[in-house]
Amino acid sequence: MLSFNLLVVVALAYVLLLFLVAFMAERRAAEGEDGWLRSPMIYTLSISIYCTAWTFYGAVGYAARSGFEFVTIYLGPTLVMVGWWWILRRLVRIGKTQRITSIADLISSRFGKSTQLGMIVTIMAVIATTPYIALQLQSVTLSFAVFADSDGSSWSLGDLNATAIWVAIGLAVFTIVFGTRNLDANERHHGIVIAVAVEAVVKLVALLAVGIFVVWGLAGGPSEMLAQIEASELSTWNQDGGRWITLIFLSAAAFLCLPRMFQVLVVENADERHLHVASWAFPLYLMAMSLFVLPIAVVGLDLLPESANPDLFVLTLPLSQGQNGLAIFSFLGGFSSATSMVIVSTIALATMVSNHIVVPIWLSSGGNEGAMQSGDVRRVIVISRRLSIAGILALGYLYYRLSGGGTALAAIGLVSFSGAVQVLPVMLGGIFWRGATRVGAALGLVTGLIVWGWTLFLPSIGENAVLSAAVLLEGPCGIAWLRPQALFGIEGLDPLIHGIFWSMLFNSAMFFLCSVMSFPLPLERLQGAQFVDVFAHSAQSRTWTRGTADAEDLLIMSQRILGSTQAQSVFQAAAMDQGKEGYLPDVTPDFVERLERELSGSVGAATAHAMIGQLTQGSNVSVEDLIAVADEAAQILEYSNQLEAKSAEQERTARALREANAKLTEVSEQKDAFLSQISHELRTPMTSIRSFSEILRETEIGPKDRSKYAGIIHNEAIRLTRLLDDLLDLSVLENGQVELHQQSGSLSELIERAIDASGVSKKELRIIRVNAEEDVPLHTDLDRLAQVFINLITNAAKYCDVEEPELRISVQAIGGGHVVDFVDNGAGIPRSKQAMIFEKFTRVSDQSTAGGAGLGLAICREVMSRLGGGITYLPGQGGAAFRVTLPAPQALAAQ
Amino acid sequence: MGKRVLLIEDEPNIIEAISFILSRDGFTVHTHEDGETAMEKVRATPPDMIILDVMLPGRSGFDILRDLRADPITAGLPVLMLTARGQTKDRDLAERLGADHFMTKPFSNSEVRDHVRAVLEA
Repeated sequence: MLSFNLLVVVALAYVLLLFLVAFMAERRAAEGEDGWLRSPMIYTLSISIYCTAWTFYGAVGYAARSGFEFVTIYLGPTLVMVGWWWILRRLVRIGKTQRITSIADLISSRFGKSTQLGMIVTIMAVIATTPYIALQLQSVTLSFAVFADSDGSSWSLGDLNATAIWVAIGLAVFTIVFGTRNLDANERHHGIVIAVAVEAVVKLVALLAVGIFVVWGLAGGPSEMLAQIEASELSTWNQDGGRWITLIFLSAAAFLCLPRMFQVLVVENADERHLHVASWAFPLYLMAMSLFVLPIAVVGLDLLPESANPDLFVLTLPLSQGQNGLAIFSFLGGFSSATSMVIVSTIALATMVSNHIVVPIWLSSGGNEGAMQSGDVRRVIVISRRLSIAGILALGYLYYRLSGGGTALAAIGLVSFSGAVQVLPVMLGGIFWRGATRVGAALGLVTGLIVWGWTLFLPSIGENAVLSAAVLLEGPCGIAWLRPQALFGIEGLDPLIHGIFWSMLFNSAMFFLCSVMSFPLPLERLQGAQFVDVFAHSAQSRTWTRGTADAEDLLIMSQRILGSTQAQSVFQAAAMDQGKEGYLPDVTPDFVERLERELSGSVGAATAHAMIGQLTQGSNVSVEDLIAVADEAAQILEYSNQLEAKSAEQERTARALREANAKLTEVSEQKDAFLSQISHELRTPMTSIRSFSEILRETEIGPKDRSKYAGIIHNEAIRLTRLLDDLLDLSVLENGQVELHQQSGSLSELIERAIDASGVSKKELRIIRVNAEEDVPLHTDLDRLAQVFINLITNAAKYCDVEEPELRISVQAIGGGHVVDFVDNGAGIPRSKQAMIFEKFTRVSDQSTAGGAGLGLAICREVMSRLGGGITYLPGQGGAAFRVTLPAPQALAAQ
Repeated sequence: MGKRVLLIEDEPNIIEAISFILSRDGFTVHTHEDGETAMEKVRATPPDMIILDVMLPGRSGFDILRDLRADPITAGLPVLMLTARGQTKDRDLAERLGADHFMTKPFSNSEVRDHVRAVLEA
């Protein structure tokens, strides 16, 4: 006899192996060597979680009870894989482009990222999956019990429950360890996928081994086996066509809709092309899985006592024949089927519960402001996911305890399937029909859930458990047409067909009608376009460079939302901040964030985020779609704000015009003032010249006066010439046409030269040199620099009106360069004039006696700017003070 | 003693030129260079005629003209305005403010002399 303890040791060793495999896979993936993890075969094997303990043990039981009907459970997925793989391809593509994390996320995303829809689908999934998890716990527990029985130690109910809870805890630990390691947007779990693939191989080989043993070991060969099947009553049973079609539909739909299937098919998919391999390999796997189901059932019925549970033939047949090794292997197969399903289902559900129920509630609870800032969100999500895993397994255990573990496995499976497929109309509608709306989806789902609950789920728990036998027979409160298994008086149908027919009919009808009657939100429309036209869009999107958006595209979109003027000003301001001219800034993260804030003011944060996200992530939406949405949003805005917007637009236009006008006026006034100034400066000396020349011509005057008047004419002619020279000089400098003659020299010498050239006598102005000995080498246009110095010296001589005028010229090293300060001991320049003195024709004293035209400092400023230095007024020095900053000595350093 | 002409002008060479021309013709020429104190000068020693420059330090010729016309004592004084800016805008303003005549620099000596004669010897 087989030792039960040995079985426990083998099971534990097997679990340990799975941990190891998962751990290695995670390690390899983390090291980037995940090529082999992404092979199409691994993908195909992971899909085999479709085959749960229900398939492993239950299919034989199903065959023993209903003959060939069990095949329908394999035919559905085969049809999907062979005939409808394009639906899968579409789902996978959408899942990748939209970073879908679960089926709830798919539905929620499709219908405008609706939180409510995500919750509805999650709740449905939890309700539909919990019995299924319970079923797996039950099957593992029962299989343990079989060995305990055969060991001679018959189990009490307490032993069974203890086993179930340990199995549940073990699964929770495994799932938490490998299911919440990372929070990748893609939610892929290499370790778990590999473990599931290993388990897929184990369960297939185990079932094949039992089958081979049965056919060749017990029946005596294939032909004898066939004869035995022919003879058994299983092959003669009449098959109900309606039930077959319903079951095929059900299993096909469940294959697409079950949360765990969505997890492995879409979320864990590494490469769309893996579907090609899976489309033939997975049907082969299913065929292999189903190959020996009937033989095992037939032989089991034949060899085992009447009382034996056909659901456990896979185990009990080898045991009864003394094939302990084979029995243990078979046990591991069943164990694998159960655990892989529970692990993946739990991950899928935990992701959904965490993302669509826990986190939204946490976010809206308000106690998260600090966390939102500090990045604790991640921690919260991990914790919520771990708690969800534990919670879901606890629910499964609870259901197992409540249901008493008595119901036939296959029946629970079918009810569970039919609950999960309530998502089908909304899912297919969502990915093929642009017209589907959030309202329609929500009402369809809820209706389907209610009808399913009433007609299938509640009755399945058992008579008098929730619904009394009276309600089942006569309807609630005696309302006959509401009888759970004969809605609207339609009797005589198989309860499963009945329930599926009505739930799917009401579900689809509500979904369709309410979608037609309601209008999608802009974001729904946007998402709808992406989901339905996912291939068109992802092909188009390749014209965008990855991860960047075209500034022009963003501008076009923003104009639709904000209006041209405002959008342009936002873009222009951003461009200016980046030091660019025009309206197209670089698309930096800062700018995108800023734009998103601008847009969310108009269309709401979610929409703005979606729109920007689509453009900046360069993913899969066409500009046309965005513009359609933008137009729509703009229309809505316009509708409510039309008058306001119009007056605001007019106000903006008027302001722009006023500004332009003011600018033009200012320019024109400046031009007038300039011409007027020049006129004055030219006419004044001309007046003297003309006047005195006439005097000299007309009048007999003494030689002394004659000489004096001729001198005036001469001086005024020189003044005029100098003025014209200055004007020309300034004009050349301002236009940047000046030619600089770079020379090397010494600052000290240049200052001496300027003092000499200024022609200022010591009596007029005492010049004091400070730090003259600290010489600075120069390499610049020395003549131009001297011109500036001369100007400053003559200005001091002209305007410093104290008894003993002094000018201190000091050289200092400041900030890596040198400055020359010219400070006199006069009255200085009044604060109000300081800002003006470098402008043309500005004279501090208004005294034309000094002979300046007010161009000197303007020229100095232009010269210094051409030389790469500067000149500023230095306030607070007592007298007038000018600081000349010498050009930076790069030229010198370069030599 | 000839009739008194007050020349309000800040350009020394022009002061000298006009003084020379008018003195030679027998007029007594007083000069004043500052716009701000010009009205005080007029009130202290009322002339028979004023020659007034527009661009003056402290206060513009137009402001002085406005004051002259506002004061009943000086309101009737003949005023000849001189400007180097040569804009019709200035001419219009001078007329509106009540200048008797307006001349743009550079002027010819005879033009000034003839005008002063016409005003004072009529």
